[in-house]
Amino acid sequence: MLLIQCPYCGARPELEFSYGGQAHIARPAPPESVTAEQWVEFLYLRSNPRGVHAERWRHVRGCARYFNALRDTRTDRFLATYRSGESPPAVPGTGQP
Amino acid sequence: MQRFSAWSLLKQAFGGHRGWQPQWRRATPKPAYDAIVVGGGGHGLGTAYYLAAEHGMRNIALLEKGWIGGGNTGRNTTILRSNYLFDESARLYDHSLKMWRDLSQVLNYNVMYSPRGVLMLAHSVHDVQVLKRHIHANRCNGVDNEWLSPAEAKAFCPPLNIEHNIRYPVMGGALQRRGGTARHDAVAWGYARAADALGVDIIENCEVTGMRRDASGAVQGVETSRGYIASRKIGVVAAGNSSVVMAMAGVRLPLESFPLQALVSEPVKPVMPCVVMSNSIHAYVSQSDKGELVIGAGTDAYTSYTQRGALHVNMHTLAAICELFPAFRRLRMLRNWGGIVDVSPDRSPIIAKTPVAGLYVNCGWGTGGFKATPGSAHLFAWTMAHDEPHPINAPFTIERFRDGRLIDEAAAAAVAH
Repeated sequence: MLLIQCPYCGARPELEFSYGGQAHIARPAPPESVTAEQWVEFLYLRSNPRGVHAERWRHVRGCARYFNALRDTRTDRFLATYRSGESPPAVPGTGQP
Repeated sequence: MQRFSAWSLLKQAFGGHRGWQPQWRRATPKPAYDAIVVGGGGHGLGTAYYLAAEHGMRNIALLEKGWIGGGNTGRNTTILRSNYLFDESARLYDHSLKMWRDLSQVLNYNVMYSPRGVLMLAHSVHDVQVLKRHIHANRCNGVDNEWLSPAEAKAFCPPLNIEHNIRYPVMGGALQRRGGTARHDAVAWGYARAADALGVDIIENCEVTGMRRDASGAVQGVETSRGYIASRKIGVVAAGNSSVVMAMAGVRLPLESFPLQALVSEPVKPVMPCVVMSNSIHAYVSQSDKGELVIGAGTDAYTSYTQRGALHVNMHTLAAICELFPAFRRLRMLRNWGGIVDVSPDRSPIIAKTPVAGLYVNCGWGTGGFKATPGSAHLFAWTMAHDEPHPINAPFTIERFRDGRLIDEAAAAAVAH
């Protein structure tokens, strides 16, 4: 089980959280001018990297707030967590912005 | 290839079984091939075999980064069935289920196909309606599936608890009698041996690290940990790593890779005559010929490539199994493990050409690919050989997500996604 650092509440066990998928995906707008390719990009295409992944978590059985995390999918180690709306922090040695 | 038969077994017995040869050669990569299959699981090995056996190709390489059958082929719970809801899926999975019947004879290798029946349980009025809908849809598509009352389910599977003393009592079940199990390792080894006999080079410990494309964009070959290998026809069957391999050719896929766990109990005498699964409370159990109860757990919540998951996922499944099968409460679990499954948005696979000329992909099997091994391999080989999809896999394109023609089998895999 993962130990996850909620940016609001601190470290809590994985069971208190729900996973929200890849982070920083913006809905294209306006809808009437969005092409089929853009909808595919938004709805279905995911980076699914073997490495550092920026993703959303929700502390659903705690403060109930969404936040973002950087996690290495090769090890499941969390490199950083940060609040929604913030840019991903620089993590040394990962080549991540 | 040494053929297996009662006679060859007897002959080798007199020689102290010292005359058996390795079942496939330890091939070293040649500079170029007519076709390359990336991924040495059952689907990939089968693809290489059918390219050779049915499409007359001989100069084929199969590249596997580890050992063949070491990924999801060796990690699944070996369940076979074809009771999927939609027409496209029923055709695809039933094509495969029919191929299981004589696969041992075709490969001259005992894959231990056992049509012992797959029983899917209902625990609510909604479950009953959904399963009956499946039964009717299946029968319209020529796929056997029948409704059992709780008493009939108990008669078919005696250890099942149909009393009302559990949280979600059994309200009946859908039984596919042609469903069952097969020996997963034997499938990989059988295909490898048969493909090798037709000249396919099976190259293990050879990881694809890059793809070369020419000025027109078509594939030219693959960079590997054992050097560059040229080919104008490349099929990627890399399961959980499909996104990673296809990204090397600049192709993005609608996939996410999740850990899916399974576990086995200590071996006991025959106690489970069939496969039982329950969507609602997430139980998934059969018994191997060795005597272990083989239990499928759910996927973890998050994407990962670690080939392991969290214990609470297994505990959730075990709690359901202890309710349904009170006799199993005293069994100890022997070991658990995880595999990485590539889940598509509609839970249906992609067996298709790609926007890159000469590059083909077979992926998105998610939590239920083993059952489809022969059919998937057969259709993918056809697609690679003809440079166009077989009618059965024609709907399973990448473009279906753009065109809104999803094959939404999210309910069919019977595990929590």
